[in-house]
Amino acid sequence: MPAKGAPRVSNDPSDVLVVGGGVIGLSIAWRAAQQGLSVTVVDASMAGRASHAAAGMLAPITETKPTEEALLRLGLEGQRLWPDFAAELTAASGMEIGYRTQGTLAVALDNDDKADLDRLAKILAGFGIDADALTSRETRQLEPMLSPDVRSGLLVPSDHSVEPRLLTEALRVAAQRAGATIEQRELTSLAATKPSTTVLAAGCWSRALARTVGIDLDVRPVKGQVLRLHDAGGRFLTRTVRGVVNGSSIYLVPRGDGEVVLGATQEELGHDTTVTAGGVWELLRDARALLPGVTELTFVEAISGLRPMTRDNTPIIKRAAEDLIVATGHGRNGVLLAPLTAERVVAELIGVTA
Amino acid sequence: MDDPFVIAGETFGSRLIMGTGGSPSLDVLEAALIASGTELTTVAMRRLDTSTPGNVLDVLRRTGVRVLPNTAGCFTSAEAVLTAKLAREALDTNWVKLEVIADERTLLPDPIELLDAAERLVDDGFVVLPYTSDDPVLARRLEQVGCAAVMPLGSPIGSGLGIRNPHNIELIVDQAGVPVVLDAGIGTASDAALAMELGCAAVLLASAVTRAEHPARMAEAMRHAVDAGRLARLAGRIPRRFHAQASSPTQGRGDF
Repeated sequence: MPAKGAPRVSNDPSDVLVVGGGVIGLSIAWRAAQQGLSVTVVDASMAGRASHAAAGMLAPITETKPTEEALLRLGLEGQRLWPDFAAELTAASGMEIGYRTQGTLAVALDNDDKADLDRLAKILAGFGIDADALTSRETRQLEPMLSPDVRSGLLVPSDHSVEPRLLTEALRVAAQRAGATIEQRELTSLAATKPSTTVLAAGCWSRALARTVGIDLDVRPVKGQVLRLHDAGGRFLTRTVRGVVNGSSIYLVPRGDGEVVLGATQEELGHDTTVTAGGVWELLRDARALLPGVTELTFVEAISGLRPMTRDNTPIIKRAAEDLIVATGHGRNGVLLAPLTAERVVAELIGVTA
Repeated sequence: MDDPFVIAGETFGSRLIMGTGGSPSLDVLEAALIASGTELTTVAMRRLDTSTPGNVLDVLRRTGVRVLPNTAGCFTSAEAVLTAKLAREALDTNWVKLEVIADERTLLPDPIELLDAAERLVDDGFVVLPYTSDDPVLARRLEQVGCAAVMPLGSPIGSGLGIRNPHNIELIVDQAGVPVVLDAGIGTASDAALAMELGCAAVLLASAVTRAEHPARMAEAMRHAVDAGRLARLAGRIPRRFHAQASSPTQGRGDF
């Protein structure tokens, strides 16, 4: 029975309450509404929402670490859904989402970084994935603004990108057009919500919400500081460039409108979302080593987001209780895994409510 | 064999001290810590909120490993002292691995700032374990100001270049009245074994395990290497000879 005075939708068994209006929650809402489910999204627009800060790389291959084959496999599965998902969403919303298919170029700045990049290539080969190893000159032919210091590169054509802010807007429109309702309010407890099923997709805030119904979710916030720059000429970069500079990883993602996103720090500072002088400096310092011209770009924004990280870096997508499905813990891969997560959650919803 | 490792009156069964930096995930770290058998693990405090549930400190709590806060990322004595004090408040421990780095390219210790910070922290009641260059004179000065151990590098942090100046490590061990912990530069198991053969009381490492292709497997290798090196040190190696000396009797008589 619903708690007295609780926000209540109806007793229809096809009711779904999605908690979280980021790319995960909205993708689930859109796909669920398309299936004829009655969907309400509760969106608190928290400061530090990962979808608002994310660069939008769809790049599981250049992200690979030796211990993370499972995550790579999941990422590749998610990546395969993206071309159709992007096309369908653009049609359904009538909005552009900044989907770019120019690929990703991983570069090494010196011989030590090259050793790391060679190791990535070897690990990928071990997983049956080919990437094109490039010399310094070949690398700079692809991206002439790269520093002459760049030692080598690895081109991965299938690692794409999307603009998460446009994506979020398009998903809102598509979800609403499909019949979903979006409510702007903050939910502090899941105990008072009693539709037939709640989908918890509240990123790093999911842990506290799950606790209100006695469920432990091992998700923690990991802060990432990101800069948005603008390239008036639009010729600074063609494709995503990621690099290791003296051991720290950075990326620059170009958009069609001249925006260049530069990220990201990784900081275990709880729900803190401050932008720090050191974070901005480290990003610019490392970016300038790779692309000396980066300091000529217009500075637009410095922002931080909170990635919902799990202990093994893979997301939690599962039924946690009879009336609760959890979809969180996507870490660095929320945008990449949004279509796949929506597909899995909707299958779970239909399997039960059908 | 009963061969406990004692620092500042505290006894540890394992002579392998781990660091957490570079681990791809908390689960990978946890598996590696368990495989290493470590009882003491150092955590960088400068960018860690200790109150957030689910962070690296939870992993250490769960595995029963004692936390050794460190001042990684500090470039001045003042920053390091402040970081140590914040760590003491947050974690309720007066132990600190003291790091004061001179520059980001080499991550070598700044000896002047290090000695100054060590003295201030000792005076403030800390148990100070300083990460130092492999300079026997500096090691002696650190001991003189009251550090509970000295922790010379084998080679730069994260380089995996092993022990570049074994003779300096021997000199430090020879004069030290406190435990000598080889800290930084370990690349693979033989480096850790060598540190112990040279007389170090323990080895501290992170990247060699956390950045390995199979971190838990490398952690297990390090555990065995530290044990093997320690046993070899206690067993007493044979003198080096220029020419061969047959191990079986070559004359008519046995040589028992």
